[in-house]
Amino acid sequence: MDVNRFTRVSETEWHVEPHGAMRVPAVLYADEDLVEAMDDKVYDQMVNVATLPGIVKASYAMPDAHWGYGFPIGGVAAFDAQKGGVISAGGVGFDISCGVRAMLTGLRAGDIEPVKDGLADALYKAVPVGVGSHGEIDLDADQMDAMLAGGAQWAVERGYGEAADLERIEEGGRMAGADPACVSDKAKKRQRREMGTLGSGNHYLEVQRVETIFDMAIAAAYGLEKGAAIVAIHCGSRGLGHQIGTEFLREMAVEAPKAGIVLPDRELACALIDSPLGQRYLGAMRAGINCALANREIIGHLTRGVFAGFFPDARLRLLFDVSHNTCKVERHRVNGEARDLYVHRKGATRAFGPGHADLPAALRDIGQPVLIGGSMGTGSYVLAGTALSEQRAFSSACHGAGRAMSRHAALRQWKGRQVVDELREKGIVIRSPSMRGVAEEAPGAYKDVGAVVDAAEKAGLAKKVAFVRPMICVKG
Amino acid sequence: MVGVDDVNLIPRGMAMKTGAPAGWSHFDHDADIGVRGTGPTLATAFEQAALALTGIITEEPVAAAQAVAITCAAPDVETLFVDWLNALVFEMATRQMLFGRYEVAIRQDGECALEGQAWGERVDRERHRPTVEVKGATFTALSVWQDANGLWRAQCIVDV
Repeated sequence: MDVNRFTRVSETEWHVEPHGAMRVPAVLYADEDLVEAMDDKVYDQMVNVATLPGIVKASYAMPDAHWGYGFPIGGVAAFDAQKGGVISAGGVGFDISCGVRAMLTGLRAGDIEPVKDGLADALYKAVPVGVGSHGEIDLDADQMDAMLAGGAQWAVERGYGEAADLERIEEGGRMAGADPACVSDKAKKRQRREMGTLGSGNHYLEVQRVETIFDMAIAAAYGLEKGAAIVAIHCGSRGLGHQIGTEFLREMAVEAPKAGIVLPDRELACALIDSPLGQRYLGAMRAGINCALANREIIGHLTRGVFAGFFPDARLRLLFDVSHNTCKVERHRVNGEARDLYVHRKGATRAFGPGHADLPAALRDIGQPVLIGGSMGTGSYVLAGTALSEQRAFSSACHGAGRAMSRHAALRQWKGRQVVDELREKGIVIRSPSMRGVAEEAPGAYKDVGAVVDAAEKAGLAKKVAFVRPMICVKG
Repeated sequence: MVGVDDVNLIPRGMAMKTGAPAGWSHFDHDADIGVRGTGPTLATAFEQAALALTGIITEEPVAAAQAVAITCAAPDVETLFVDWLNALVFEMATRQMLFGRYEVAIRQDGECALEGQAWGERVDRERHRPTVEVKGATFTALSVWQDANGLWRAQCIVDV
């Protein structure tokens, strides 16, 4: 992307001043190299989002922004219902509440090494992954509605998780305002056998080694020590979320012109928050969030079961569970005034700073863990929300590395078996049902996650706490 | 047409039908992938795009063992195309099937309507070695058009 299309405000902040139908500026946080590597469509999409009714302050894009569906992936936008604001299915994405959880194991990486292959096999067997897999849980209609209303709290009540986990999950593990009646029978049918499944694509379950600590005090408060082994799980709301996204994207695309909403592009489909369609989407989307929270809690439970077989004394504690595809009502100060806003984060992670009332007591003085997934060969980061995060982009940060090349380009460059062998040389064990899938997810197909988090830190979006490197990666 | 770079087109299945070329291809998207069907009729373009959808998931042959009926209706032909692909995504997910052959008839009289059949079989993870599941078809790079040579094309990005 040509950096000259922006007004440069600092080393990591780039503005597009309002022009044409834009109601607010568009603001991109990234360094010059990242901006140059971005697709031109990021510019188009962040500008398009800035034209939507009721948008507040600015349309934001994170350092890992790339071409999305209407909204850029890595896009953040807040809307005020009282100012005719909108809610957008594309601004949340198909995989509603896709996110990452990190669990502390109390083990050292050296404890894992001798059993690495066996542990990888056991995790791969216990957690259903990939196309054609399904879980052991089969929900009837009543159980489905209870899950959609209860989220991770439902999972814990059913014995799939621990009560202590809940305060380490956003919303205490249960998104309020979910309305299972707003979720179609088709979406529920699609989910019936998918609880506790990982999915495919860039989703993973990893055992990771804490390799570098950047902030000793925060790392200690999070329970992260150099050389420790942790577990990370990246997945979302599975078929239910995908079906909700599909149905509401279509309905909003068809209905928006009838509601008088002028869209620069049909894919930017949205509905007024204060409309029957907007409210129905909110009810369904929140149910989708609960599905994702329950799903990750169940996978966490399955993981605990596997670890218990290898390390009977190990106790896996949840560090945090945070989503990066959501729309949530949050109170933010805008020009000194506290306002309740509908904050869309599409491929962006909430990053509450120290003192935020929604953080659990144990984390409130420190700031929220922001979990950033990288590629299976490079590694991932744990960041922390800062006091500045709020001023930058409604307390939001990046969510991952972002692809550097398409799936086809990756297939032309790598073979799955070759990737698996090369990673084994580096001490990383891969388990996946699809070698083509592994090739599409090859580490070289992703941008440098380090550059993304460095830019996020420089921009004040979040602070680096730790770098972790995979030891085992179960890939869908 | 939005967001398509023909340089990135990767021709895949090519077949001759009613004297004009029909085929399918994928095209690139930052994170996901585009499907495009081409054919002498609108219906053929839809059928070919569905083969491109299957081609995202597996490169192995899929037996036409079981037929599943699909019907969709939409206010315009582009929305109908998205509906068609999403109906297939739904049937694949809930029946745990893959489809290898498609046949559709499209009616355009005010509203657009599609009646179709998809033939396939249950996913066999060993034999089909499925790569990735498709979450849904999107309105991104969505276009259905007839080119100067009379060929129909139907395309959009699908989220994987």
